[in-house]
Amino acid sequence: MEETTLNNGIHVKLTEKFGEKVTAVSEPYGLLTFVTYKDVIVNVLSHLKEELKFNFLTDITAVHYPGKDHGIAVVYHLHNMVEKLRIRIKVFISEQNPTIPTATTIWKGANWMERETYDLFGVKFEGHPDLRRILNMDDLGVHPMLKQYPLEDPNRVDKKDEFFGR
Amino acid sequence: MNHNHPVFTDNDPQSELVTLNLGPTHPATHGVFQNVLQLDGERIVSGVSTIGYIHRAFEKIAEHRPFYQITPLTDRLNYCSSPINNMGWHMTVEKLLNIQTPKRVDYLRVIIMELSRIADHIICNTIIGQDTGATTTFLYLFQFREHIYEIFEEVCGARLTTNIGRIGGFERDFNDIAFAKIDKFLKEFPKALKEFENLLTRNRIFIDRTAGVAEVSKETALEYSWTGPLLRATGVDYDVRVSDPYSSYQDFDFDIPVGTSGDIYDRYLVRNEEMWQSVRIIEQAVVKLKTEPKGIFHANVPEFYLPPKQEVYNNMEALIYHFKIVMGEIDAPKAEVYHAVEGGNGELGFYLINDGGRTPYRLHFRRPSFINYQMFAPMSEGMLLSDAIINMSSMNIIAGELDA
Repeated sequence: MEETTLNNGIHVKLTEKFGEKVTAVSEPYGLLTFVTYKDVIVNVLSHLKEELKFNFLTDITAVHYPGKDHGIAVVYHLHNMVEKLRIRIKVFISEQNPTIPTATTIWKGANWMERETYDLFGVKFEGHPDLRRILNMDDLGVHPMLKQYPLEDPNRVDKKDEFFGR
Repeated sequence: MNHNHPVFTDNDPQSELVTLNLGPTHPATHGVFQNVLQLDGERIVSGVSTIGYIHRAFEKIAEHRPFYQITPLTDRLNYCSSPINNMGWHMTVEKLLNIQTPKRVDYLRVIIMELSRIADHIICNTIIGQDTGATTTFLYLFQFREHIYEIFEEVCGARLTTNIGRIGGFERDFNDIAFAKIDKFLKEFPKALKEFENLLTRNRIFIDRTAGVAEVSKETALEYSWTGPLLRATGVDYDVRVSDPYSSYQDFDFDIPVGTSGDIYDRYLVRNEEMWQSVRIIEQAVVKLKTEPKGIFHANVPEFYLPPKQEVYNNMEALIYHFKIVMGEIDAPKAEVYHAVEGGNGELGFYLINDGGRTPYRLHFRRPSFINYQMFAPMSEGMLLSDAIINMSSMNIIAGELDA
């Protein structure tokens, strides 16, 4: 990744406050990105909201990296509308026990974003007021965005992915 | 078995509340929305929204498709303004690949995107009129949506789910008929919009139905991550076109209208004013295009831009590039990128993670309808049922974008 230059001030302030808990800082395409841990995520988010004016929660989602120790990354995008800055925060959590504290205590709008992430990835947001599935039916039984679930019925013989360049 | 939708176990014979299942298919909701409401007379006591009736797993499908095949999926998000979604996706990939598009492409895109914004706002505002009992306004202005679709048809051959453009620009240049239709639209639309405003803006009945209904404060709107006309109606001047300009929006001179109280009337006014501003932008873009070199309609990036078919059959390089693009073998950097555009309903974001494979490793759509809609049930509490219906119309929730 490129050198951290654009948003160095924020990076410095975060390191002062959270020290070792803010790691893997990079800036792909000008968007400051860092990794933190689930025990401090609520503090990091509220610090960003209250002190550094990242008062707008753009999005919460997750990414699945199967086969790793901490295989699910919960990704937060925040936005400082006044200074026109965006920031991306990632928390890697274990696939076997995918729990993370909820952000609904900081932003009410996190409610449905977390429900969607729970529905699609099975991430359990602790303290969420109403953690139900939102897009899929409740008796689906799986969290379909996890990589182990194929897109189509694997038993079909007429549609092989290699014939379609996939 | 658990179900998503709540089951009210209100067995109290003394209870005076009525449970109403508003939707999933209800003529007043314009789409597949279910809200289970507890009513006290005509007043809503509590409500629970259930969504997902047209969930099509686009994010999962997108993980199995090469970049250019994802464009048709974005059509089906907010299908009232598909070109904005298409171009938002193209610009995301261009950002990933570091493609600089020529100014002429940017201006052509701006024309199409602003036309779609007008089409989107026409739908929303005329539907507010329709739901408050003013069918005339709906009929007057809605024909201009048809004229916009005729322009799209001239540019890309499709009307609603347009699949317009390619990564790098457009698949073909705008023809003279398209420009003639744009000029005709710019001449006729302001008159019709003026007439539309004359019918509604100072209309006593309309104001009585909308002003002061469903007021939202700035703080609440930001707390719930609202964007787009809904947020601007509360008084926050946030517009992605200005705060984070893409496609050369910085070259244009336009205003961002804001409201004060965030009620339905303000949302209507904001959307109307945005249509005027869109007309202004298109007029500027048409003038700017005259000074740009003619015939350029895509960036010169043969390794990423799908070549025309006749070249594929007659030219070796084009054949190779065609093959590589179709099979998803392009050399895209391993990176993650977030790109946002101002959709009809707010900030439409694309979060793309590429690991160098044939398909995106992960693609997430930040869908404004989904995020805006979660406030509908909480804000309906204490509202009259008829007000909640026009509140939903004024939020312009598009089921395709809601459920993805």
